Amino acid sequence: MTDVATDPTLELATDEPSSRRLQRIKTWRRFSRNPLALAGVALVIGFALLAVFAPTITELPRSCIRDLGLSAGNQYDYKDPTKAVFWRAIVAPPASCFSMTRVGFGTQPRNAQDSETLLGTTSGGYDIFYGLVWGTRTAFKVGLIVVGIAFLIGVVLGSLSGYVGGVFDNVVMRFTDVVISLPSLVVALVVVMVLGKSIENIMLAIAVTAWPSYARLMRGEVLRLKEEEYVTSARALGRRWLGIIGRHILPNAIGPIVIVASLDIGSVVLTAAALSFLGLGAEVGYADWGQMISFGRDWILGPPGQPFYYWYVSFWPGLIILLFVLGWNLLGDAFRDVLDPRSNR
Amino acid sequence: MFSFIVRRLLLLPVVFVGVTLAIVLLMQLLTPYQRAAAYVQSEQQIRQIPAIIEQFGLEDPWYMQYGRWLGQVFEGNLGYSRTSREPVLTTLQRRFPVTLELALIAIIPVLGVGITMGTAAALNRDRFFDQFTRVVSVIGWSLPTFVLGIWLLVIFYGWLGWFQPGRISTRFAVELAGASGFTSYTRMLTIDSLLNGRLDIFLDALKHMVLPVVTLAVVQSAQIMRVMRSSLLDALGQDYVRTARAKGLPDRVVTRKHARRNALIPVITLSGFVLIGLINGVVITETIFNYPGLGQWAAAAATNLDYASVLGFAIFTAMMVVFANLLVDVLYGIVDPRIRYE
Repeated sequence: MTDVATDPTLELATDEPSSRRLQRIKTWRRFSRNPLALAGVALVIGFALLAVFAPTITELPRSCIRDLGLSAGNQYDYKDPTKAVFWRAIVAPPASCFSMTRVGFGTQPRNAQDSETLLGTTSGGYDIFYGLVWGTRTAFKVGLIVVGIAFLIGVVLGSLSGYVGGVFDNVVMRFTDVVISLPSLVVALVVVMVLGKSIENIMLAIAVTAWPSYARLMRGEVLRLKEEEYVTSARALGRRWLGIIGRHILPNAIGPIVIVASLDIGSVVLTAAALSFLGLGAEVGYADWGQMISFGRDWILGPPGQPFYYWYVSFWPGLIILLFVLGWNLLGDAFRDVLDPRSNR
Repeated sequence: MFSFIVRRLLLLPVVFVGVTLAIVLLMQLLTPYQRAAAYVQSEQQIRQIPAIIEQFGLEDPWYMQYGRWLGQVFEGNLGYSRTSREPVLTTLQRRFPVTLELALIAIIPVLGVGITMGTAAALNRDRFFDQFTRVVSVIGWSLPTFVLGIWLLVIFYGWLGWFQPGRISTRFAVELAGASGFTSYTRMLTIDSLLNGRLDIFLDALKHMVLPVVTLAVVQSAQIMRVMRSSLLDALGQDYVRTARAKGLPDRVVTRKHARRNALIPVITLSGFVLIGLINGVVITETIFNYPGLGQWAAAAATNLDYASVLGFAIFTAMMVVFANLLVDVLYGIVDPRIRYE
């Protein structure tokens, strides 16, 4: 099994698995030769590391240290990988760690030197660096959970629709048409306004409009594969429909689903940030990029003659949101090029 | 075609019922006191909320409330907006032309830039320009509207002082507010000013639109660019293009008349989504640039927890989107005669 690509006899002998492996090698080559794809991977991995090691690279606020069970004597134990509390802070940090550290309470933002923080503080004395790093966790949480919920709803509705067909299919698909044509931000605005400001409600509000693309995808796959011989034989063997979907249909649809999901994580985080920016976001003080820009809304322009006086207030959170979304979009694009060669023409 | 349009128009009430029903059910999570706000007609009535709860039976089961509420809506009563201090319907009528004007003007660069750059990218496939547009479009697509808006505001208003936020300069605003012989025909400043023969107002209004339009266009045109590129590449590979080339037609004619026309069809399908994107974008953009349209009002209302206004806005946008999608579908049939509306 040294070099499958150049050994034709080997390929003939073990036709199925080796051609699949060949495919995989080709796919990987196309992926790794695309600089934009690699940039996307680097960005997403970078952000993932930032999220995972958030407790290690920031100075935790006092309430969070207390909730981790640390006192004045051993308060820096969370930075020591040999201590259990280091891992606890990474795996299951108490909720209080998500409230941004405050350096003072003044409304006026302060730059890095004045506030003795890395990137300065935003209005209300919130540490920008802390908010950015812990906001990465929030962004991953929001993106992944929303896409997860949307995926689940989409798979259930889409495959039922494709399987049952008839009037049910018609109703579900018309419903999908309507939902897909609603502006997500407006819907989210209504839902968050009614349910109240919190990170959970934002996720719910965005998931409400995020599922139709998965439903359409799954329905298409079910319709395409329903009459395939291996599916009919699986049914003849008495396999349950749920099992068929899990075993035969989902694996076939996984390519397009991964593309949509990856692009969706970017747009979900954008919508969440936009909501926060409008003041309908997470609880006040929760580490969330959109909220940080919202805090800086009154400080976008400096005093007359110095327009860039408070530049750090909107620059850093803006840049971080851009890079995060860019990373996922590049990744999604790369998946699309690799999995659907037509689009690469 | 006619029966298709009729059938699509029949979808309007379905969407209307769906959206309103969803909203009413969601509203059941609120206290009757909060719900009463949606029925209030004027400032004075706010003090009589217990009476309103009684009068409209806001403690009744949801289906009864829904029926009664629909009745109110059909009479044109969408409640009183605390944010704009007038009935919601009045605000919708007053602010809609402002937003429509902004969106219509934004569509020009969205389609123009998107189609031109997409075409150029396809014709220069895999060369520098293609790679360049690819990077530009993915960055444009990833840029949060509010971040771009803020950055543009700081640079072009705060630093360079080229543009101002708002819809019109103060000197004209005073004139427009007074009875000075300026007639509002459409409530869209660019059209009204031309009809009144006031080029100065026209240019001023246009100047105020530059930043919001650029903000909206950057994000939306990125998407058009991508679709235009791939659909033109698709078209260039077709037999009829080869035939046209074989006939000896010049390259320019082949790409413009044969390939590009066909490549535009997917772009038209996409324009429905662009419209949705514009509505999302308008809420943010108008807020940043203090542009007095529907989006700014809705954003302010949402932060004020002004239920009546936000619900009015939501119902209105849902209807607009269905209607606009109908237009897109009809346009689609005109551009592509292969489409049959059975």
